[in-house]
Amino acid sequence: MRVPISWLREFVAIPEDVTFEQVHAALVKVGFEEEDVHSFDVTGPVVVGKVLEFTPEPQSNGKTINWVQVDVGEDAPRGIVCGAHNFAVGDKVVVSLPGAVLPGPFPIAARKTYGHVSDGMMASARELGLGDEHDGILLLKNLGLDPEVGADAIPLLGIDDFAVEINVTPDRGYAFSIRGVAREYAHSTGAAFRDPADAVTPSDAHGFSVTVADEAPIRGNIGVSVFMARAVRGIDPTRPTPAWMVSRLTLAGIRSISLVVDISNYVMLELGQPNHTYDLDKLRGGFTIRRAKAGEKFETLDGQVRTLSPEDLLIDDESGPVGLAGVMGGASTEISDSTTNVLVEAANWDPVTIARTARRHKLWSEAARRYERGVDPKVPAVGVARVVQLLEELGGGTGDDLGIVLDNSVPPSAIELPDGYVTSLIGAEFSADEVTDSLQEIGTTVVASDSGWTVTPPTWRPDLTDRATLAEEVARIVGYDRIPSVLPVAPPGRGLTREQRLRRLASSSLAAGGLTEVLAYPFLAQASNDQFGSPETGGVAAMKIANPLDPDAAWLRTSLLPGLIAIARRNLSRGLTDLSLYEVGTVFRPVAGHTYGSGPLPAGDQRPSAEVLEGLRASIPPQPWHVGALFLGDAVTKQPGQPSVSHGLSDALGAAQHLATVLASPITITTGSHQAMHPGRTAELRSGDRVIGYAGELLPSLAADLDLPRVVAVLELDLDALIALSITEVTPSPILGLPAATQDLSLVVSSTVSAGDVLALLVEGAGELLEKVTLVDDYRGAGVPDGSKSLTFALRFRAADRTLTQAEATEAKNAAVAVAAARVGAILRE
Amino acid sequence: MTVSGTPAITETAISQAADAAIAAFSAATTVAELRLARAAHAGEQSPLAQFNASLKSVAPEDRATAGKLVGQGRARVAEALSAREAELAVAEENARLAAEAVDVTAVPSRWRTGSRHPLSLLMEHMGDVFVAMGWEVAEGPELENEWFNFDSLNMDEDHPARSEQDTFFIDPVDAHLVLRTQTSPVQIRSLLTRELPLYVVSPGKVFRKDELDATHTPVFHQIEGIAIDRGLTMANLRGTLEHLARAMFGEEAQIRLRPNYFPFTEPSAEMDVWQPNAKGGARWVEWGGCGMVNRNVLRAAGIDPDEYQGFAFGMGIERTLQFRNDMNDMRDMVEGDIRFSQQFGMVV
Repeated sequence: MRVPISWLREFVAIPEDVTFEQVHAALVKVGFEEEDVHSFDVTGPVVVGKVLEFTPEPQSNGKTINWVQVDVGEDAPRGIVCGAHNFAVGDKVVVSLPGAVLPGPFPIAARKTYGHVSDGMMASARELGLGDEHDGILLLKNLGLDPEVGADAIPLLGIDDFAVEINVTPDRGYAFSIRGVAREYAHSTGAAFRDPADAVTPSDAHGFSVTVADEAPIRGNIGVSVFMARAVRGIDPTRPTPAWMVSRLTLAGIRSISLVVDISNYVMLELGQPNHTYDLDKLRGGFTIRRAKAGEKFETLDGQVRTLSPEDLLIDDESGPVGLAGVMGGASTEISDSTTNVLVEAANWDPVTIARTARRHKLWSEAARRYERGVDPKVPAVGVARVVQLLEELGGGTGDDLGIVLDNSVPPSAIELPDGYVTSLIGAEFSADEVTDSLQEIGTTVVASDSGWTVTPPTWRPDLTDRATLAEEVARIVGYDRIPSVLPVAPPGRGLTREQRLRRLASSSLAAGGLTEVLAYPFLAQASNDQFGSPETGGVAAMKIANPLDPDAAWLRTSLLPGLIAIARRNLSRGLTDLSLYEVGTVFRPVAGHTYGSGPLPAGDQRPSAEVLEGLRASIPPQPWHVGALFLGDAVTKQPGQPSVSHGLSDALGAAQHLATVLASPITITTGSHQAMHPGRTAELRSGDRVIGYAGELLPSLAADLDLPRVVAVLELDLDALIALSITEVTPSPILGLPAATQDLSLVVSSTVSAGDVLALLVEGAGELLEKVTLVDDYRGAGVPDGSKSLTFALRFRAADRTLTQAEATEAKNAAVAVAAARVGAILRE
Repeated sequence: MTVSGTPAITETAISQAADAAIAAFSAATTVAELRLARAAHAGEQSPLAQFNASLKSVAPEDRATAGKLVGQGRARVAEALSAREAELAVAEENARLAAEAVDVTAVPSRWRTGSRHPLSLLMEHMGDVFVAMGWEVAEGPELENEWFNFDSLNMDEDHPARSEQDTFFIDPVDAHLVLRTQTSPVQIRSLLTRELPLYVVSPGKVFRKDELDATHTPVFHQIEGIAIDRGLTMANLRGTLEHLARAMFGEEAQIRLRPNYFPFTEPSAEMDVWQPNAKGGARWVEWGGCGMVNRNVLRAAGIDPDEYQGFAFGMGIERTLQFRNDMNDMRDMVEGDIRFSQQFGMVV
């Protein structure tokens, strides 16, 4: 809401020298955040001039300019070059003299042009910031002005005014008006307030027929509760909108159109009451208010033909629809520049109906915005009276007896406010007088009751519905600064949950291990989900956003890898070529074939049944936490005495093993396959039989398509599953102190046998003396048959009760070899 | 008392042999030279060894004297040898250490330095302040049913505030699923499942349909808190926020409340924080929204608003990081450029 200060000052006392900052500060104090300030940014000298004579001078470029002599109240006229042609000798115009600055900023100076020295400029409305009009210069007679030559045009045009813009929260619809803001300014500053609604007297015009035929009320509320109208005849369509009104509307962000339309908008801004003016001569008979038929068409006055819904509310005359109630009038009865007789209408429409219509047709008119938030039901009559008054004063019309008064509005309900409640909610002391004074100041009626007060809100405050809303008003009027600071003592807590602790640990251990955490957007193309969300081709179930920012990224991620890849590409494009990235985040994994969502929602004013709640909880897809990692470029860069070490599968697997160790979550690594990964360099990460993740190198062709280097190692793990595996109570093996015996052995096996399998067989065969076994070499070449490889293992044996002899260690080793030999044909290499 | 080939054991002869040995040791400048000198003067063929061997042919009555002479001579030599060995060992070790010296500014590193994202760290840090007060951290789904995101929070389908939030809807729209626009649905889920009194914070990711620019991102993070107990007041709200502010911005930090409107709180307030440590001087900064939990929200959770009341608050993590760390452009937080996070290391 933009509030011109001169207008505000009509209804509340504001110091003459008030600044933007002071007005904003006063309004912030009562809950209206500052948004902006608006002014015309014109500095003088800008004066009234009179055209004495002019000479049209055709130019070589085809244009004709006028060399004009203008009287600006000085001893001699000034010579001004002007490109416009809409003036005549004797017209009074606005002249910016050298030294003036017009909005832009556009400084005016005497300058040589078209062979003359132009000693100033004759200004158009647009050049003065008074609208879009730029077809010619501003003629003061068109604003109904005939001022003295040489007079200061700035106050004359009202362009010395300024406006503050505030944010009006949804509960304070009444503050979408000068009336409401003036009242709030008074609450904040204590300045005297004069209600503009008291300044006019509604008439009891009658005889215009209005039939309410709402057969489909929404939530049981009839679409209209108040409908007021009155005819005004004999308006002079040539009358201009006065300068003060133009400047105020301009500051308020509304373009001046014609006197009748401007008055209608002016009254809406002043009182917060949207209203409509019909060309009375185009109306046929009385009105019927009804819901639209499905698919019915209606042309609004913005020229759009709209297809209506049965929830839209229409105003018909006998010829058909003339208005989309509360949102926009119709084209057929629109005011034209020859309209002399009008019907002024103001109503109170059902907020839900209006909001739905506005949303459905994306038609957030000024009227709809106000009705959605609720308009004072006692103001339509005043609104009509104020429009009629201005049409009479400024348009030369006469209000007549034809009209209607229909008021079915329900008076606000009283609220019981127990004594002491405000203090018990706010935590600051408020005296009984402070409570009642504050509530009376905002317009409520307060009557003492047995236990406190019975408070009846004013008609403009539909938001005051319970005792808490009243407590807020008391605190707001007295000032939130009253509220002390008292730290409450919570009962002893249990700290983070185990899942939360382990998730943090997983993240921290990856960062400590050299990876950089990133947070990607979860929006993907479905092709990315299909590629990374499942190890096999054929697509993956995913959730789609109905209104995405980017239609190409309308799906929610089922994998963290596409996001990591996108971030890797961004880093690469910035010359950062060695990357080890990770993300801990949720993915959205609907079960294929399952339909999510819920039917109509339960009301929010009471706890739904357990069954309904369970249905709501079950309406969303699983959203597990995953951890993803990506490595490319060098793990260790080339340095003095240190060759570079490239990233590869080892990093992805290492990260997985690191996480499993850190979280005490035993996983097994087996050869795997994934459609997005290298067929020979992919591992499945398993918890028992369940695959909980993959580590591998991206398929090189895919990496090439993504403009990535050939080797990109990736890891994705279901972190929830990994954390669930975590051993909650480790029972450590006793640490044995007797000497160990070590043995190395080399086994020749087929190249197709995995080292991990051989190692497992050694463990199995060696028995309980074996403390540790590690793979130390994988050799292929001379001395080893083609198709075979030699695997060297280091074994460490230890007994709990004695120092092992080499003979005992050798015996255990031989037992291990025997198992490997039997199962995979391993041959001991002597 | 002579043995063929070996001079007589006299004091002079022993002394000369010992002196010659000691001189040879001193002349050795490396361990290898010393080894040669040792073989010559303390080995089996050395003069003193030969004197020693000749003792058995010395007349028994002279043997004690001669033996003593030889023993003293050999002891002198052994002492000198070990002293010289130690000297040379130290010298060689010193030479080796000198040779091993490197330029410590050019030593290669095999460590890789990673980092957490500052938004994650800040969220955890803020959560920890509450955990230290006995609060618990609650989490909930990012893809949420509209009932939890709106209806239960006193925003029915026609509430003006509902259309003001630029919500991402899941297809089909009539399935009533959205990407949560706030972490408040976690609060209502907590109210529905946890026992009272309840003190929880819910940090997490939220979504609004805003194009990415310097001050907006469609995916961002919030931390919200809710406390429901008997007799909680707006003064407790202010006290809690002030405690958080001091933990984050120093003991001088303060909270200022301004009237505002949120559907799920009544009274509602906008909170400003006095940031004493701001670059460019202490200042008030808009931080978030808060208020006393709306009676209708308590009813939606089946709680009697006349018995229990409480407060709720929320603030943006991105915004907090922005003013706390004097950052102008929110895009740096979302692009994943490693140079951004690496400035923070693992602390924020």
